[in-house]
Amino acid sequence: MERLELSTALSQSRQFVANLKKASQVDIRDCYQCGKCSAGCPLVSAMDYNPHQILRMLQLGQVDKVLHAKSIWVCAHCATCFARCPKEVDLPRLMEALRIEAKKRGIIKEKTVDLFSDLFLDSVQKYGRVHEMGMIAFYNLKSGQLFKDAMLAPTLLANRKISPFPHKIQGQQAVQKIFAKAKAMGGERL
Amino acid sequence: MAYYPGCSLNATGIEYNISAKAVAKHLGLELWEIPDWNCCGASAAHSTNHLLGLALPARNLAIAEKEGLDVAVPCAACFSRMKAAEMAVRQSPDMKQTINELIEMTYNATNHTRNLLDVMANAVGIETIAEKVVKPLSGLKVAAYYGCLLVRPPEIAQFDDAENPMSMDRIIEALGGTPVEWSFKVECCGAGHTTALPEAAAPMLHNIFRNAAENGADCFAVACPLCFLNLDMRQSEIKKKYSAGYNLPVFYFTELMGLAFGYAPKDLGLNKHFVNPMPLLDSKEILRHPSARREEA
Repeated sequence: MERLELSTALSQSRQFVANLKKASQVDIRDCYQCGKCSAGCPLVSAMDYNPHQILRMLQLGQVDKVLHAKSIWVCAHCATCFARCPKEVDLPRLMEALRIEAKKRGIIKEKTVDLFSDLFLDSVQKYGRVHEMGMIAFYNLKSGQLFKDAMLAPTLLANRKISPFPHKIQGQQAVQKIFAKAKAMGGERL
Repeated sequence: MAYYPGCSLNATGIEYNISAKAVAKHLGLELWEIPDWNCCGASAAHSTNHLLGLALPARNLAIAEKEGLDVAVPCAACFSRMKAAEMAVRQSPDMKQTINELIEMTYNATNHTRNLLDVMANAVGIETIAEKVVKPLSGLKVAAYYGCLLVRPPEIAQFDDAENPMSMDRIIEALGGTPVEWSFKVECCGAGHTTALPEAAAPMLHNIFRNAAENGADCFAVACPLCFLNLDMRQSEIKKKYSAGYNLPVFYFTELMGLAFGYAPKDLGLNKHFVNPMPLLDSKEILRHPSARREEA
């Protein structure tokens, strides 16, 4: 087992933990490791560390390990953990804050998840609404799975469930402004 | 009431839009679509930039607030994002100021965001719904599937139990159908992971199908376009992967309401499903006119 110099790790992670609390409203000291979050998490089998382990690692100052975890990308924000937590730790929000920070540092452990949200937001920024077909086409192109779900497309098109054309709103510029301002305001590092 | 359809209801969730509008009108509920509404940002926005995830839905809420209207939201994910923005503004004057600066509009959160399921079950009311039934869904055993964001986190959703919600079950009962008891009504369907992480999402979907079938369900009722898409569009793929024998049509709860109110299936968009619901409805004699059934008897 790896050795952990606890006092050094804790002093080095103090600032990070304080900023994490600001970004997520979560005080990692609230968690007493009952494991209920991991027990109910529907995605736990796809994670490298279970949700309660992520929290424990933060309590032990292992910031780098947490930011390199796949788990923060795998979390689907379904909030089962939060609804059941006896200490009301908002884990989805913590996962979200960790993912935002990991991305800022260029650590992207699940590239397809990141690509999916990027393309989703590109579509919103461009048109004001998501253009589902355009987004999926780009996703397939960029993720190198050109024909993923392609057999579903004819039925979707025939039923007018997807359109080759985006729906643009009049307030496109208002939406673009929101994107620009939110980006300018949200550049704070943990 | 203001109405925020959200992006999916113009595309993959078009049956939800069609059936929601039809039954709302039938119940005398006037839905005013928020003009020039924008995407709520979904999970992509809040897991990328917290402020973006609040400001995008706030713009829509501000437009509805100007008219003094509460907002009905059919999509569970949009509902969750809109409600999160509403609560952020209500709870913090600082956040309110920041969001108003971002959207360049005034939004005071004086109006309320409500999920369409909550509107139907609690504002319209179960009794009113029951009164309108002309073709009861007799013999139809339905697994009411709520998924995650419709009822969680409870601090946001606030209208039903987070572990064992009952509003959709009560509506099914009022329509003459039989809601089944099952264990996966609030399990996550995998959301966008069915595209981005299909290997992780497949077992989640399989568990939902299997548990519903094991508990005797003939079909699902849902109140979210993403849940619908995952359950309906991915079912044949999951069946193949797990060599499973179930065949479970998926309905928006508004489609079931429309059927029971006497609407023709195609006027509710039922012809647009991947898992064809017609054989099931035929086998339960739900679509046949009550008078025809009486003559035979």
